[in-house]
Amino acid sequence: MAKAIASPLTRKRGGAIAAPAQKKIKTPWVFIFFCLSPWLFGLLGFTLYPMISSFYQSFTKFNLIETPEWVGLENYNRAFTEDPLFWKSLKNTIWISVVSIPLRIAFAMFTAWMLTKPKRGSNFYRTIFFLPSMVPAVAATLVFAYIFNPAYGPINKGLELIGIQNPPYWFGDPAWSKWGLILLGLWGIGDTMIIYLAGLLDVPKSLYEAASLEGANAWQSFRYVTFPMMTPVIFFSAVTGVIGSFQYFTQAYVASGQVKDFSYSMYFYATHIYHEAFKAYEMGYASALAWILLVITLVLTLIILRTQKRWVHYPNGSLFK
Amino acid sequence: MSTTLIQLSPEQERQSQMARRKKRWNDFLHMVATHSGLIALSAIFLLPLYLVLVISLMTHGQAETRSIWPNPFVWHNYIEVFTAVPFLKWTLNTLFVATLSTLGTVLSSVPPAYVLSRLQWKGRNFTFIIILSTMMLPGQVTMIPVYIIFSRLDWIPSFLPLIVPSFFSSAFSIFLLRQFFVSIPDEISDAARIDGCSEFKLMMRIIVPLAKPAIMAIALFSFLGAWNDFFGPLLYIVENENLWTLGIGLNQFQGIHHVESNMMMTASVLFMAPVIILFFFSQKVFIEGVTLTGVKG
Repeated sequence: MAKAIASPLTRKRGGAIAAPAQKKIKTPWVFIFFCLSPWLFGLLGFTLYPMISSFYQSFTKFNLIETPEWVGLENYNRAFTEDPLFWKSLKNTIWISVVSIPLRIAFAMFTAWMLTKPKRGSNFYRTIFFLPSMVPAVAATLVFAYIFNPAYGPINKGLELIGIQNPPYWFGDPAWSKWGLILLGLWGIGDTMIIYLAGLLDVPKSLYEAASLEGANAWQSFRYVTFPMMTPVIFFSAVTGVIGSFQYFTQAYVASGQVKDFSYSMYFYATHIYHEAFKAYEMGYASALAWILLVITLVLTLIILRTQKRWVHYPNGSLFK
Repeated sequence: MSTTLIQLSPEQERQSQMARRKKRWNDFLHMVATHSGLIALSAIFLLPLYLVLVISLMTHGQAETRSIWPNPFVWHNYIEVFTAVPFLKWTLNTLFVATLSTLGTVLSSVPPAYVLSRLQWKGRNFTFIIILSTMMLPGQVTMIPVYIIFSRLDWIPSFLPLIVPSFFSSAFSIFLLRQFFVSIPDEISDAARIDGCSEFKLMMRIIVPLAKPAIMAIALFSFLGAWNDFFGPLLYIVENENLWTLGIGLNQFQGIHHVESNMMMTASVLFMAPVIILFFFSQKVFIEGVTLTGVKG
């Protein structure tokens, strides 16, 4: 089975895009439509209609009960000029993306690389590294908020024992709360790590042999063999990381509930939309915020896509070319 | 080996033996270094799990003293948690939502994945690109109108908004299944078609059984997604305490009632335990599933 599941990655071009010469069979349109119908109705009801509707609503004042009232660009104007929490949440979101995306990439690469080292026992370690990513976000956040609590959490006691005087108050300190969230994210790196591990194991051995024949040291063979071969995976996680950080909600919401985050240090863009829509019932304004988010993520994704020619190396062509 | 082919002088023999011994010593040192590093990393990954486990077994008083070993062990916490919070009800609610939405996802994602991979038709690649792009669409853009639809249907608060959408396919699951389906050789389908097998039968009787690992993977992912979900329940069921799932219950209960911190940790352990047990039984499916979704060259 392992073989069967590994093969689509290598066979997907031949199998999918370029069809092998087939005898002409009549296209079974009824069957195709029947099979696609759940997705198609879902697309209409849960994606297309809502998109159009929220775009329209973003130009209205709407509180769920009264009929939407057209206000033109008022909502967008309000976000950029009258809403300090918009800027605060945007700044927090950009901060956490800039810090955590590279950290996550480096840590996933490092843990995956460590797993390729031992001759035996690597599956055992892989299980341990992967395990935390299975823990439900709410439970993981509650646990972190507790063990990092300066008064009764053991972590700071440990830090004091190894000689760190006055360890940070983590979630309780606006200057450190985001670092608490970043550590929480790194703890759950497992699923990302698995993708990196698959990538590392895919690097042909012959390339390393060639590099060592050329007299490359460990760093050089990482820099000139491993890294270029891993760029598609890094690229993929950079894109999903950017999209993900603008949706970052649960951990921040639960953690700020634990400590009463008065200075909004864990108030992110997704939190702001949630509050405007479902606490303040400013549906029109929240829709405008959602569309601003869509534009920001599109622009950032396009920027990363633009740079990919310069640094992403595809051995056999790319799915997204 | 070399000694059987070429005669070495005793001096050369001794040297090569020393070289071998040195290499073996180096390999040993290398192994020790590698495993020490891996054990240290494992300790870091396991530390939070260890801490929550020991705190969950402490008395309330001890839980707030930063200690790392229960004294005494209060196994009773695991019974008390069912009366301290409505834990059983939350578990059943979560199980109900997760099971039905898994069923919905599997039933509604296999057929689209099948026609996107096993059949040739005009517009197929275009459809696939649309599915890929909906995966990238931030949920916030559609969230508010969808909420309004459900509130007009008078489905809030109820489980329906958490379950019904899963019967309309998940783009991620279609993607994962399709990646697997394309790897099954076309000859299998061709042979069945020549024998006069209908497309529906071909899908259900031949392709689905072959794709069991991939179907298991999407079933596990959607079960896990529903089990761990917080945002959906926060929108749709938070108003009715009887409908609370584990995630909501754990987060909201504290604010309303007083819950002691050791109880919170006990409840957290019970919340994560099923997922971790599930993982141990299906590790291979999980890891292969994650690998399958990673985009590679």
